[in-house]
Amino acid sequence: MSKRFGLLALLFMLLLSVALIGCSDNSDEEQEDTPKENTEDQAEDTNEGTNEDKNTDTSEDTSTKDTLIYARGGDSTALDPITTTEGETFRVTENIFETLLNYEDTNTQLVPGLAKEWTVSDDGLTYTFTLEEGVKFHDGTDFNADAVVFNFERWMNGDSEQFPYYTMFGGFKGDEGHVIKEVKAVDEFTVEFTLNRPQAPFLKNLAMTPFGIASPDAVDKHGDKFTENPVGTGPFQFTEWKRNERIVLEKNENYWKEGLPKLNKVIYTVIPENSARLNALMTGEVDLIDGVNPSDVERIESDENLQIMERPSMNVGYMAFTMNRDTPMATEQKVRQALSHAVPKEQIIEAFYGGLAEPAKTVMPPSIEGYNDDIEDYEYDVEKAKSLLAEAGYEDGFEFNLWYMPVPRPYIPEGQKIAEVLQQSFAEIGVTANLQTADWGTYLEKASKGDFDAFLLGWTGDNGDPDNFIYTLLDKDSIGSNNYAYYSNDELHEVLIEAQTITDQDKRNELYKQAQEMVHADAPWIPLVHSTPVVAAKKEVTGYIPHPTGSEAVTNVEFK
Amino acid sequence: MFAYTIRRLFMLIPVLIGMSILVFSIIYLIPGNPAQIILGQRATVEAIAQVEQQLGLDQPWYIQYFDYVGGLLQGDLGTSIKTKVPISNEIYPYLAATIELTVVAIIIAIVIGVNAGIVSAWLHNSWFDYIAMIFALIGVSMPIFWLGLMEQYIFSVQLEWLPSTGRYDASTVITPITHLYLVDTLLQGNMAHFWDVSKHLILPGLALATIPMAIIARITRSSMLEVMRSDFIRTARAKGLNSFWVVYKHSLKNAVIPVLTVIGLQTGLLLGGAILTETIFGWPGIGRYIYDAINYRDYPVIQSGILLVATIFVMINLIVDLLYAAIDPRITYN
Repeated sequence: MSKRFGLLALLFMLLLSVALIGCSDNSDEEQEDTPKENTEDQAEDTNEGTNEDKNTDTSEDTSTKDTLIYARGGDSTALDPITTTEGETFRVTENIFETLLNYEDTNTQLVPGLAKEWTVSDDGLTYTFTLEEGVKFHDGTDFNADAVVFNFERWMNGDSEQFPYYTMFGGFKGDEGHVIKEVKAVDEFTVEFTLNRPQAPFLKNLAMTPFGIASPDAVDKHGDKFTENPVGTGPFQFTEWKRNERIVLEKNENYWKEGLPKLNKVIYTVIPENSARLNALMTGEVDLIDGVNPSDVERIESDENLQIMERPSMNVGYMAFTMNRDTPMATEQKVRQALSHAVPKEQIIEAFYGGLAEPAKTVMPPSIEGYNDDIEDYEYDVEKAKSLLAEAGYEDGFEFNLWYMPVPRPYIPEGQKIAEVLQQSFAEIGVTANLQTADWGTYLEKASKGDFDAFLLGWTGDNGDPDNFIYTLLDKDSIGSNNYAYYSNDELHEVLIEAQTITDQDKRNELYKQAQEMVHADAPWIPLVHSTPVVAAKKEVTGYIPHPTGSEAVTNVEFK
Repeated sequence: MFAYTIRRLFMLIPVLIGMSILVFSIIYLIPGNPAQIILGQRATVEAIAQVEQQLGLDQPWYIQYFDYVGGLLQGDLGTSIKTKVPISNEIYPYLAATIELTVVAIIIAIVIGVNAGIVSAWLHNSWFDYIAMIFALIGVSMPIFWLGLMEQYIFSVQLEWLPSTGRYDASTVITPITHLYLVDTLLQGNMAHFWDVSKHLILPGLALATIPMAIIARITRSSMLEVMRSDFIRTARAKGLNSFWVVYKHSLKNAVIPVLTVIGLQTGLLLGGAILTETIFGWPGIGRYIYDAINYRDYPVIQSGILLVATIFVMINLIVDLLYAAIDPRITYN
């Protein structure tokens, strides 16, 4: 009993001290920074109910809440988005910086951003952008063509340690593979990009969060410290960053889009543990959380104060066959198709994703332009699988090693358990899969060397272009980097290269649809799922639209 | 005493060297190429080579070790891979957050644990004794992780008494001076903030205190029982001394050494336990710093963070050893 007594005594003492504090401290400074939520707590805590609490409580608590508190699992790495590839950074900087082009709200098609119009030359080598006029950076300086040139010059003259710029544009100034030859200001609001070679996803790349345009003055002024003092043109401006605690953004009063943003303040906090983060949402300490455990979804849905929002998938989890090995899967297309028919995707999704995923039938998720929805998946059909095996001459089955990753990934949360289901499913058609794993570093190393018969892996897209999925993961050029399946198909290669060199997006989409057909028929992979992460928020939060890339500005968010 | 202190300080040197070797070998004990792990799926051969160079992995291990120790001696704890900031520049606020939490937790643990132990011994075999010891047993075996989440669920979500996470209400502004927010808010004379910070300390403080509290209670009880059976206590009682004084003065003074030892050890262990507590309660302390570093494979931070915690652990135990003499005049160091 002692502990309970002690605890109660402690609580009692604390309550007493609140009462005392409440009585003595009636100062004005408390008003200015003790916001609504705080007083709400206190009012409930102190049953003694000092009057001042009640005053603040009624005046602004319910009607005009204009601060959004967003809790996530980890802190941002940097606030200069070009210096990192990390999502927690982008989620914040998306509000501070704007890019020349933007993605649509729920997919990766392009819409104007800081550039209101753009044209492409027929050879795909010259892009001309007309910029929005009258836009100002948070420090009061003007946004114009020179600012765009400044930013690109800064990035192009960097190195791989400073800026991961090279991953999207093939290198830095002077590198052989570098895509951009020159960026030049034609007049105050016109910028012209000249390329060394056509790059089909060029425009998509420009819409990526890291390529947000920063204030040249601020970059010069802060130098290395710019990442702690970011200045852009976005709807919110940076106020404070205490590492691992919180990031505070405040409304950009001079934002160029009329009437936006709707919030006054956004605070990003960090709560690493998923259940604890949900607890904080349920207590009302925070307004919005990401990283919801699939098992908690039901609980949130049944809570009338909360809502769930799904983020369209931009990833794929797959099982791949290593095609340069001497296995029945590598040599016989029918065997691969047979195994494809043996996988109960729906069942896997129910069991391990809490239903928060959709079965994958091709390399890329539906949010990506060029997704081929006409493809008919290999339906779950044990008999058909068996007969295909027999046709290939393996009616008695065979044995192979199936490797699964040791760490949870967004697209494959539980590698081992999913591998076990696959093992059982294959056993039903007489094929024996021996499960294997290795630590994550070794796993990736072995996968890239082609040491596995078959393995689980996945991919999250970078720029929302189909090229970033199908070329990156399955073209023969990508063997040695991300084509871990060692899949080499010359016909496919031709289509993909053609799609890279033309700029007409509709034609490109057609080519990618064709490419997906080819991959589907050849079945070097069994695409398993596209997982859809969810975000949970208070019911009053409106206007928040999760984007497939994982980061979105909260410009339109408000409390109903 | 002075000579002993000096001698003990010298004895720390081999301990610290041993720790530095252990911590240094972390990077080798983890299987796989660290550079590959850091870079993940987007690793290219060039990028791997670059990270290896950055981490000094392209050098022979003994050169790496001497570089590392050489840096440590100059106060260079390495540079974080994630933030690209020297660790010595960014570690202090985390450390302060952990110290604040640990101090609160150990105070809770001592006040409740010692008293529960004393009363249990005093009322030996009473219902109070039984119940207290059952709670202590539960407390020792309680997983902090689960306990923390339950605390949040009961006291924050259901009862709405206390905030569940963080060091202060996310929308208030606290200007750090010492980064010990209890101290800072007092220095600034802002009682509303002081209260806010105190409220945020209770749940994580309790979660962190649970295990040491239970252990301290059990040790205090057994140590007290032993002393209370001795002759001088019987004499004191026979003389008709007030039993409160017999227990709290005469007995406790003689029973305190083992209790002090446990408190010292537990304070050190709390720093380790803080990793879990800080993770659940979103507490931006050194445990979280290391936890994030593990997720991000930020080896320099993992190494230096652990080394720092280990050093504090050793220092606390040294202080406890020195306290023995101060508290119990029968103990001399010569």
